[in-house]
Amino acid sequence: MSVKKIDEPTGTETMGHEWDGIEELNTPLPTWWLWTFYACIAFAIGYCVVYPAIPGLKEGSHGTAGWTSRGDLAKEMDAAKAARAPVLAALDATPIEDLPKNADLMAKAVAGGKAAFKVNCVPCHGSAAQGSVGFPNLNDDDWLWGGTLTDIQQTLTHGIRQPGDMETRNSAMPAFGRDGILKAAEVQDVVSYVRSLSGLEPAGAAAQRGSALFAANCVACHGPEGKGNRMFGAPNLADKIWLYGGDRVAITNTVTNAHAGVMPAWNTRLDGATIKMLAAYVHSLGGGENFSQPAAPAAAEAASGGQ
Amino acid sequence: MTNMDPKGQPKAAPNRLHAERQAVYPRAVNGRFRKLKWAVMVFCLAVYYITPWLRWHRGPYSPDQFVLIDLAHRRFYMGAIEIWPQEFYFVAGLLIMAGIGLFLVTSAVGRAWCGYACPQTVWTDVFQHVDRWIDGDRNAQIKLAKAPWGAAKTGKRLFKWSIYLAISFSTGGAWILYFADAPTLFMEFFRGEAAPVAYSTVAVLTGTTLWLGGFMREQVCVYMCPWPRIQSAMLDEKSLIVTYKDWRGEPRGKNAKASPTPLGDCIDCGLCTAVCPTGIDIREGPQIGCITCALCIDACDDVMAKTGRPRGLIDYATLEDGEREAAGQPATPHWKLIWHPRTLVYLGLWSAIGLGLLFALGTRQHISIAVSKDRNPPYMILSSGDIRNAYAVRWKNMEGRPRPMELTLDGVPGATMWSEDMAKANAARKLTRIIPADTTLPLRIYVSAPANTPEQKMGFTLRALDSDGGVTSYDTRFDAPEAVH
Repeated sequence: MSVKKIDEPTGTETMGHEWDGIEELNTPLPTWWLWTFYACIAFAIGYCVVYPAIPGLKEGSHGTAGWTSRGDLAKEMDAAKAARAPVLAALDATPIEDLPKNADLMAKAVAGGKAAFKVNCVPCHGSAAQGSVGFPNLNDDDWLWGGTLTDIQQTLTHGIRQPGDMETRNSAMPAFGRDGILKAAEVQDVVSYVRSLSGLEPAGAAAQRGSALFAANCVACHGPEGKGNRMFGAPNLADKIWLYGGDRVAITNTVTNAHAGVMPAWNTRLDGATIKMLAAYVHSLGGGENFSQPAAPAAAEAASGGQ
Repeated sequence: MTNMDPKGQPKAAPNRLHAERQAVYPRAVNGRFRKLKWAVMVFCLAVYYITPWLRWHRGPYSPDQFVLIDLAHRRFYMGAIEIWPQEFYFVAGLLIMAGIGLFLVTSAVGRAWCGYACPQTVWTDVFQHVDRWIDGDRNAQIKLAKAPWGAAKTGKRLFKWSIYLAISFSTGGAWILYFADAPTLFMEFFRGEAAPVAYSTVAVLTGTTLWLGGFMREQVCVYMCPWPRIQSAMLDEKSLIVTYKDWRGEPRGKNAKASPTPLGDCIDCGLCTAVCPTGIDIREGPQIGCITCALCIDACDDVMAKTGRPRGLIDYATLEDGEREAAGQPATPHWKLIWHPRTLVYLGLWSAIGLGLLFALGTRQHISIAVSKDRNPPYMILSSGDIRNAYAVRWKNMEGRPRPMELTLDGVPGATMWSEDMAKANAARKLTRIIPADTTLPLRIYVSAPANTPEQKMGFTLRALDSDGGVTSYDTRFDAPEAVH
């Protein structure tokens, strides 16, 4: 024990040590601070008892309150589910073709579909449903299997070329070149004819020859004018949209090896209401067919002026 | 009072980090500046308490409260003026005007804001009147403060503090009435049906009023408020401040006849100190604690009248004038004190901003359009080869009634547009909609142009079709694939 030393000007005890004449005052902690500190310690002990806090070798303490953050999450998810329940129930009860009659429900379905699209569809169809080579753009007005709400719902529910689903969208294009149905030169003639259908190249002698081959091999699915057939998901060859590319190399590859794109049957992964919401969203992207004007209050008549 | 010895002198030790507050018990005073203070106080409190109850009919679609800050719907109403959030520059302009207005007032008449109109001053004044009403004037208050706690003192204190609380509660309570329909909210509040934020706001404001006005008082002005510091920097030798004319008053003394040397006009009665709401002695010269409330002028004028001397030993005067007067020169005329170049510059600035705001208010459009172009994907090719772009267009009707509006496509020859709520078959260069009152209508607009249309600038024009009219447009662009060579 060192001798008590009092600092003259302040009247406070010093710590008793000195560096080059500089001394440290032993100023007591303010009482309010000290008691706050003790209260914090008491609180911390109580907290460790009530809440999971003490680590162990296999698992930590559980706390007397039985609280878990996972439990909190489950509660929040349940609350969110309960909040959405009326909308989902209404969606379940509404046949999709009647959805446009209920503007409010339609708007909610589109919003919900947008969220579900981000989770489930973006990997193939892109963040704005713009698609890419082999994955259709859902914004445009070209539909392989039909673009009405009902068509889209059917495609989503049962998928495309899903073995085991009786109602899946199904068809198979023969690999004309690879399987030797057409010779390489004949394939080129067909390519010339197909490209002439949409004006990508002028109809010359090759296209003339290709026309006959097309009539013999392709019209069954693609139709006499190459306009496609949605029953088989056969694309329209006379329009400007090319799912796998419209240059000679791409079309040659398609005719030679064929394509058979697939999509999951979403009824194995999503509930009916979510599929309806997805269909409503995809239909709303600007290319939806059989569009019926919803009875929104703001929707007045469209002026038919201008062009 | 713990750091004072029995004679009222500060103890030498222990050293403290701060000076203990010396409680202020200002004595009641009468006079012209006190009357002015009463008038300003009544006016300010009346404006504060009555404004939310004033009505203003705006038709069936808008609230009918004269001043309403509708945070929930993001609208600010004041009389015939309605402000949307994007027009917040009007509020910013008003705040700048308020700032420059303070500069202007300071430059013309010194710290008049502090002395008369500042809420801290007004509410402190109210609380000090309550003190005098319950406890009596200065001497009685001091006596009661020193008295030991007994039944009488406790009763008086509890009674006084409950009045403090009532005043504070009505202050906090009136505040929330600006943010919702006042009569409705008033009833809801006392039925316990108002929003939780209403109760918490009232609780916080009641607490701050009670604390700042009831107990902190002049310490807010002296220690907490930044404005006295700014004002100190703004004052110069031409600024009106409350001045003790020491050349006239000194040497002060209580008894001129007993004094061997002639004394000044100051009889050292101490009234100027006794009436001061911030507890300073003005005779020590200009100081930050002086809020220029001029109550010491009233007190001193009274004494001068009783002792048969001319008024104004303590008076509003500039430092420059003080020197002139001390040297026996005539004082500057009053109008010159107020109208000096700095005042005129501030007045010019203040008026220019005010006129600018009024001009903007008079010429502002009550319709507005905002366009956000889809950038992912920037454009789409349709099966016909046409190029389609998509835009999120917001039609804004800022009037309190439904209005028919027409959207026109500018540029991109051959292009037509349609919206998400109509069939593509009806695409046109013009769309019309009835926009509901006081509403923004968001619509997705698709614009489609023939194949090979190059990318180019494009715009939308929104036109109100009713008699009031109004046109506004928005520039955007039309994206297209690069031409293939």
